[in-house]
Amino acid sequence: MINIEIDGQQVSVPKGGTVMDGAKELGIYIPHFCYHKKLSIAANCRMCLVQVEKAPKPLPACATPVMEGMKVFTRSDQAITAQKGVMEFLLINHPLDCPICDQGGECQLQDLAVGYGAGQSRYTEAKRVVVNKNFGPLISTDMTRCIHCTRCVRFGQEIAGIMELGMAGRGEHAEILSFVGNSVDSELSGNMIDLCPVGALVSKPFRYSARTWELSRRKSISPHCGLGSNLVVQVKHNRVMRVLPRENEAINECWLSDKDRFSYEGLNSEDRLTKPMIKRDSQWQECDWQDALEFAVHGIKTVKEKYGAGKIGALTSPHSTIEELYLLQKLIRALGSENIDHRLRQSDFRLDSQLQGIPWLGTSIAAISELKSVLIVGSTLRKDHPLIAQRIRQAVKRGLQLNIVNPIGDDLLTDVTNEVIVAPNALVTTMAEILKAVTVIKNLQVADELKEVISAVKVTDIAHKIATSLLQENPAAIYLGNMAQHHPDYTDILVLVQHIAEAAEAQFGMLGEAANSLGAYLAGAVPGQVESAGLNAAQMLGNDLKRTSAPCQGYILMNMEPEYDSHNSQQALKVLKDAEFVISMSSYKGTASTYADVILPIAPFTETSGTYINTEGRVQSFNGVVSPLGETRPAWKVLRVLGNLLEFNGFDYEASEQVRAEIIPEEKDINGRLNNKLKSFVISVTDQSNTNLQRIGEVPIYQSDPIVRRAESLQVTSDAATPRAWMCSALLDKLNISAGDKVKVKQDQGEARLYAACDDRLPPDCVRVVSAHSDTIALGAMFGEILVEKL
Amino acid sequence: MTQFTQTLLAGVDSSDAENWQLKNYARRSGYSAIRKILSNKISPDSVIEEVKKSALRGRGGAGFPTGLKWSFMPKQYEGDKYIVCNSDEGEPGTFKDRDIMRHNPHILIEGMIIAAYAMGVKVGYNYIHGEIWDTYERMEEAVEEARAAGYLGNNILGSNFSFNLYNHHGYGAYICGEETALLESIEGKKGQPRFKPPFPANYGLYGKPTTINNTETFASVPWIILNGGEQYLKLGKPNNGGTKLFSVSGHVNKPGNYEIPMGTPFATLLEMAGGMRGGKKLKACIPGGSSMPVLPGEIMMQTDMDYDSIAKAGSMLGSGAVIIMDETTCMVKALERLSYFYFEESCGQCTPCREGTGWLYRIVNRIEHGKGLMEDLDLLDNIADNIQGRTICALGDAAAMPVRAMIQHFRNEFIYHIEHKKCMV
Repeated sequence: MINIEIDGQQVSVPKGGTVMDGAKELGIYIPHFCYHKKLSIAANCRMCLVQVEKAPKPLPACATPVMEGMKVFTRSDQAITAQKGVMEFLLINHPLDCPICDQGGECQLQDLAVGYGAGQSRYTEAKRVVVNKNFGPLISTDMTRCIHCTRCVRFGQEIAGIMELGMAGRGEHAEILSFVGNSVDSELSGNMIDLCPVGALVSKPFRYSARTWELSRRKSISPHCGLGSNLVVQVKHNRVMRVLPRENEAINECWLSDKDRFSYEGLNSEDRLTKPMIKRDSQWQECDWQDALEFAVHGIKTVKEKYGAGKIGALTSPHSTIEELYLLQKLIRALGSENIDHRLRQSDFRLDSQLQGIPWLGTSIAAISELKSVLIVGSTLRKDHPLIAQRIRQAVKRGLQLNIVNPIGDDLLTDVTNEVIVAPNALVTTMAEILKAVTVIKNLQVADELKEVISAVKVTDIAHKIATSLLQENPAAIYLGNMAQHHPDYTDILVLVQHIAEAAEAQFGMLGEAANSLGAYLAGAVPGQVESAGLNAAQMLGNDLKRTSAPCQGYILMNMEPEYDSHNSQQALKVLKDAEFVISMSSYKGTASTYADVILPIAPFTETSGTYINTEGRVQSFNGVVSPLGETRPAWKVLRVLGNLLEFNGFDYEASEQVRAEIIPEEKDINGRLNNKLKSFVISVTDQSNTNLQRIGEVPIYQSDPIVRRAESLQVTSDAATPRAWMCSALLDKLNISAGDKVKVKQDQGEARLYAACDDRLPPDCVRVVSAHSDTIALGAMFGEILVEKL
Repeated sequence: MTQFTQTLLAGVDSSDAENWQLKNYARRSGYSAIRKILSNKISPDSVIEEVKKSALRGRGGAGFPTGLKWSFMPKQYEGDKYIVCNSDEGEPGTFKDRDIMRHNPHILIEGMIIAAYAMGVKVGYNYIHGEIWDTYERMEEAVEEARAAGYLGNNILGSNFSFNLYNHHGYGAYICGEETALLESIEGKKGQPRFKPPFPANYGLYGKPTTINNTETFASVPWIILNGGEQYLKLGKPNNGGTKLFSVSGHVNKPGNYEIPMGTPFATLLEMAGGMRGGKKLKACIPGGSSMPVLPGEIMMQTDMDYDSIAKAGSMLGSGAVIIMDETTCMVKALERLSYFYFEESCGQCTPCREGTGWLYRIVNRIEHGKGLMEDLDLLDNIADNIQGRTICALGDAAAMPVRAMIQHFRNEFIYHIEHKKCMV
């Protein structure tokens, strides 16, 4: 530690620290623009100039390393003169039209100008004007306001991993640009808006819609990926106007993904339901809650009487709160059914009987930053978990070895140590190769249940490298991404991962797909296993075609749009349309009228209190930030009333906190229930002789849940581009198709017409066609055989 | 005409088109300094010691003691280290490095080989200004000759010392002459100065320890090794060793490069340059390149040409570009030209220089065009004050110093311009 004195106060700063670090430690504010704790030091704004004893000139606090005995004066004449001088320079070419600037009221330059600016400008020449740029649908520009701090540039280079903005030109002609005509496409781009200290980069969806001082700031939790990013939701006139990050170093740090930040637009969508609706004599009609609930209860009772309780099923999105999930399972179980599931996109449920606890990340999120080796299996990491990808990117800079086993070769914008890109049906084999490599290197005995699969594979060079990385670099971890969890061989992959992790003394776990992927287990939104086995999502939706018994006749859907949220959208729709009675609890109209019999408008996360348990097992409760739209009701209240109407005991809650207390009496208890290990499972050797084309059907970043699907601005980003049928050039040649040709893609009974595109990072004989998109929902399962024909 | 000992251009006949070639350089005892080091097995430390004794100071403008700079390079560093020659001669008035490279390129190459040997460096770059393409081509030919003759490459002259040298040309941005901007430019990035610390000796080219010297500095080294540091020091005066090239331009009869010992009176240099054109009176002189403070003629005539003397007179020796202005020169117009240059060449990275240089230029331009106000003079001075010492690199100072000196020494002329809306001269 180095001891220095700032404004007469003593402070110790670690070696290599700066004067700015010392000042922050003491709570002394030194004005600054370019400095940001998460970005590299640029020292270009010069606002933080301070006086340092024995230095002939003022020095920038952000870039001046501390030295023993250094005496710093942040408010001396020399320091203040320098700071005021810089402020004058910053203002001479900056428009002084704060009243019409969208940043007004939350502008660092405006704030500091109050303290360091003069009342009147000495600059009488013409001001510089800079042409605005089009950076895409999320970031609006007012480049004349730019003060060239380069925070946005450094954010791209250092945090997002891609330099989409740069400073071109010299002197007064220097300006922030994207590469010729490009938009800013990073999935983290919105953070540049937060970083911009002036009104040069502002939010395009929010622009000119409210003043910062008109907004109420309310805490919330992101309902999207399993990270559970902390939010500040800003509200005006009972409408969500904007979402900003709430700093939480252990989760989202000071960042938000664009999905977390901009999906609020979906909350104000025109597709929102505002009144309950029932279908009476094939006619849809709006009605009051009493009628709707009675109609629903009558329908469910009828199904139960006619077919038995075992023919009633509940399907819910893992984006629901634990209170909603818990009450739904309580209701279904009170009806006498064990058919409930939240794992709508999962296709392999063989692990259910082997689970020893609730699947989770296996480490804390913050622990990812400390890893020295990581293996990620089956994940579109940047799109599914943008901030975990960011955390890994930073860890790689500190020496983390990143190993990938994936069906797609998308650029992670970081250094990858080892990478295996294989067809989905070769994932198991690849993992077996890695396990074999681990056992060979460590000279271990293979567990009996794995002997067959291990003897069937050879240790490849890359498998050996990955095994070595996991064995030699500690701490190490293996994470299964969304694609692995949706994979038809999920159980086999998980077993292999478990054994690799045990042999390598590494942690392992799942990157939680949704805000409550973990919480839903805890709330019991999974089928019963022990006495009366319930149906899982695949069975309820008829994906399990080998089953002889028909799926359910009565369904309760919560926050779920079957054509987008299930593993096999066509199959799901067909089953629901065939069912006798379907209750859809949803915030949106969607297409529920084509399969449901009663539609109950429920509140999205901003309109209800509730709890998400993120992928690391962190319980995060939140309150509603606005009152429910129209006659919308929080789902936990709807379920409570349904329970009452069905005359079940234990549905007399007055607050969501009571529900939570029933689920988690003490938050401590959760950790003991988290366990990724399976009891025992025999892996069968997969048949790889199948040479038919295979689909890689991941969920696109902005199609993952009902809210984000309705976020208008996100829907015009490049990440929401029209799906194409991606194939490697060898396959294109084989099929006699050129990139850009229109092709017919067929799966099961369904087909879609798409343009073919070339991606030579894809494995051979694979066609990447995203799922959960209106252009592709006519197709079948996310993985499996697919046909492509030239049109 | 006074004749002085030459170290840089000794024996060079610029009228001979082949004089630059290796065979002719060898005839002038070229490459014997490196031969002496390698055959006598003179240790790298002894080489640095000799350079320290010579009191050779950086010829690029800052005048930092060269031997001391070389000793900053971490000796035990494992991995690549670099030396870089700053031939990005962009300071208005300066044209000395160009002539060294054009007429005596091998002396630079030999100097760099010796420097590389002294600092344990295997690779060097010579960054040449982008607007002197023929000089770049000349250097390319010279490096090729040296390579063919075994002075560059692996196991130089049969020793176990290896050194490779590469020429690299810029595209004419003045800021790339700032050493860390130059490094950025070699790395293929936009030429923008880096914040220091860390200094290049620790974190230089590609993040490796790097020493950057001016062309003339490197070119001075062979003579020092051959004749001894003390001899070199004796040529000049204490703390200001050796000879130096002065680029004399402006209102003289014979503008050009003159190699004279440090400490030679300015009057002698002026006489060598043929005296004032048309016998006019010396009004002012910028003794060290356009970024240095201007001095009135009468002060200049009392001054000797060395770092310490010129500093004492109130300016700096800088790059040794002596810009002579006679009594017909309008100092407002002169300052306008200078300010425009710095406005145009500011890299735009840091606030005071990006915003301040344009402001300075616009005010001077206004005064020159009869639209100045009396309070502009104090404003100019204050803006210059707010730039100087507040920027990442020295370009801010370079833009500010001429303004302050001009107003200090020729305030009357500026007042006349403001009051009469026309030139005094």
